[in-house]
Amino acid sequence: MATTKHTIVALVADKPGVLNRMASLFRRRGFNIDSIAVGHSEVPHLSRMTIVVNGSTATVEQVRKQVDKVVDVVKVTDITGENSTVRELALIKVRATSANRGEIIEIADIFRASIVDVSADSLTIEITGDEDKIESMLKLLRGFGIREIARTGRIAMVRGGKGLLAGSEKQTRTGSKQ
Amino acid sequence: MKRTGAQVVCEGMVQEGVEVIFGFPGGSVLPLYDTLPKYPELRHILVRHEQGAAHAADGYARVTGKVGVCLATSGPGATNLVTGIANAYLDSVPIVAITGQVARPFIGKDAFQEIDITGITVPITKQNYLVLDTNELPRIIKEAFHIARSGRPGPVLIDIPRDVFIDQTEVDFPGKVDLAGYRIVQQGHPTQVKKAAKLINEARRPVILAGRGVLISGAHDELRHFAETAQIPVLTTLLGISCFPETHMLSYGMVGMHGLGYANKAMDSADVLIAVGMRFDDRVTGKISAYAPDARIIHIDLDPAEIGKNVRVDVPIVGDVKRVLTALNKLVETGEHVDWIRQLEEWRKQYPSLDIRDTESLLPQYVISKLCEITGGEAIVATGVGQNQMWAAQHYSYHQPNTFVSSGGLGTMGFGLPSAMGAKVGRPESTVWCVDGDGSLQMTIQELGTIVQDKIAVKIAVLNNGFLGMVRQWQELFYGKRYVATPLSCPDFVKVAEAYCLPGIRVTRKEEVVPAIEQAMAHDGPFLIDFMVEPEENVFPMVPPGAATVEFIESPKKEVPAWPRRSTP
Repeated sequence: MATTKHTIVALVADKPGVLNRMASLFRRRGFNIDSIAVGHSEVPHLSRMTIVVNGSTATVEQVRKQVDKVVDVVKVTDITGENSTVRELALIKVRATSANRGEIIEIADIFRASIVDVSADSLTIEITGDEDKIESMLKLLRGFGIREIARTGRIAMVRGGKGLLAGSEKQTRTGSKQ
Repeated sequence: MKRTGAQVVCEGMVQEGVEVIFGFPGGSVLPLYDTLPKYPELRHILVRHEQGAAHAADGYARVTGKVGVCLATSGPGATNLVTGIANAYLDSVPIVAITGQVARPFIGKDAFQEIDITGITVPITKQNYLVLDTNELPRIIKEAFHIARSGRPGPVLIDIPRDVFIDQTEVDFPGKVDLAGYRIVQQGHPTQVKKAAKLINEARRPVILAGRGVLISGAHDELRHFAETAQIPVLTTLLGISCFPETHMLSYGMVGMHGLGYANKAMDSADVLIAVGMRFDDRVTGKISAYAPDARIIHIDLDPAEIGKNVRVDVPIVGDVKRVLTALNKLVETGEHVDWIRQLEEWRKQYPSLDIRDTESLLPQYVISKLCEITGGEAIVATGVGQNQMWAAQHYSYHQPNTFVSSGGLGTMGFGLPSAMGAKVGRPESTVWCVDGDGSLQMTIQELGTIVQDKIAVKIAVLNNGFLGMVRQWQELFYGKRYVATPLSCPDFVKVAEAYCLPGIRVTRKEEVVPAIEQAMAHDGPFLIDFMVEPEENVFPMVPPGAATVEFIESPKKEVPAWPRRSTP
């Protein structure tokens, strides 16, 4: 079956064990999680997770439904294919000499990245963008020698005025009434 | 008022209506055990192995619809529960498992009898908790029972460190459960219900395929009304057995791998298939690409994740089975389907799946049919897993809801005796028969001790064929009769029963069957009958693995030659 990259966004209670429970549903089917990013959301005590996995659409949808059943998961959507803003942040430590430092800074400028640390023989660059942009810059920097990379993994947000919880509050209300 | 964690657990259980706990003590849960006598409304039944506690809680929950509770200590106590929890998870049975844990300062240090049981049970529980603060205990107890019993039921585990039992708290139980992420769609979508009704009203060859969801939802009356109004034949899954009276005109029995021939024919030929509270397990569907080729499928289930999981569905309805059927009953027209039912009756004649060969030897099917006759089909039957289970499913005619207790999803050998025990405790006024195989029974035979000590009057029918029968059957049919690791030497079960101080008799001939069952029924207390049945009898019909359900093998009407009996010690 053809697999594609899926971006799944979830709002979950920030309690121990939630991540384990979700990850277990992916692991069970042998999915490798490409990236996972977790942080606070707009709602107190709810964390937002962005998970990137490779899989067939039908399988990912089935797993999404199972994730949705996890008691501590408030909402989970697959936003693949939706018009959304996608970002990742990377810190890249590059070997630099006095001779090529200027060239590296120039590359960073082209990508609107910034230099966040300098030492005698290295530069640390901070770059934000989608994976393609980060990969393109990495390609250019490899020639200089990369000492260390730290990447956050993808975070994403659907464009337009609606929040992730739009509609689900209504669902919660009618759900509790029934 | 200040209470200890152990008191909170007990009070919580009392509040949740718990009457009985199946458990086994140990170091980490001792503070709880020490508190138990202060709560006489909580009956504790000491099992012989924690797996028995989980299965007993499971059997109790299946026949009562209430939450079953099992209790074990940390480490090995907790891991011994795992099979039972997994079993309850796959069959959607509400149980709460309470485990002791080492005291908080020892957690994560590989302390004596420490195991990460919440980690282990993640994939087999609906929810689980490691309680690190006694103040959280009231909320967690309340949540656990709510989650276990509501929606699609399932097991919940609460892991409580020894010192959390001892610490005190003033926190009260919350008035209601507040879980933002736990929503249950109860009402079926009206548009979908309308669509389904239209399909049903226009159907020419409709069948209802009813599963355990009907029993969980308590929708037997609604199902019956639905079937009778529209005159639709009713088939059930293994776990759906007893949700519709098998004595009913419209009942065509169980489908699937060992389903009845005519039931599988009906499922295969239907033009509209109304699946109610079932999940299209591979044992039901057979080869998925050939499944119900002409049918438009209406799937009613509470769990959205089950819709479209295994088969394509034309009209999905997510909602509680009882509510959806009630809504549907308002829209479904009176039907006839005379030709279709006539066709089914022809198939019933053509494939007499329930006919029992007339032979001298003692056939297990004969034992079950006599058991059914003598109990009037009124008993609760709890089974092991394997041939005994399939014969009990096929040859006993169930007509009261929740009278068939069996491990469907996980297929757990050893489920029979402990689940029968739980069922008897839950419904003491009912006759409870445990139908088990010699292999399956030996996995949990130690619970004979429990039924004697706690005076649980379970009647046990061992279908003793000296083999791991179902596996042997596969070897016979698909592995060139190479019986590797399936011949089984058994103890003398009658003597084992006697050693446990319960009466038992052995039956080797047909004419002894009825008197033996009558003797067991007349006896006030547990009783064991060791039926020495035909060793190489097979379960038929059978859909070979990987085949379409309609490609079932009918019973070959052969006389099996005598086989040296291996079970006599």
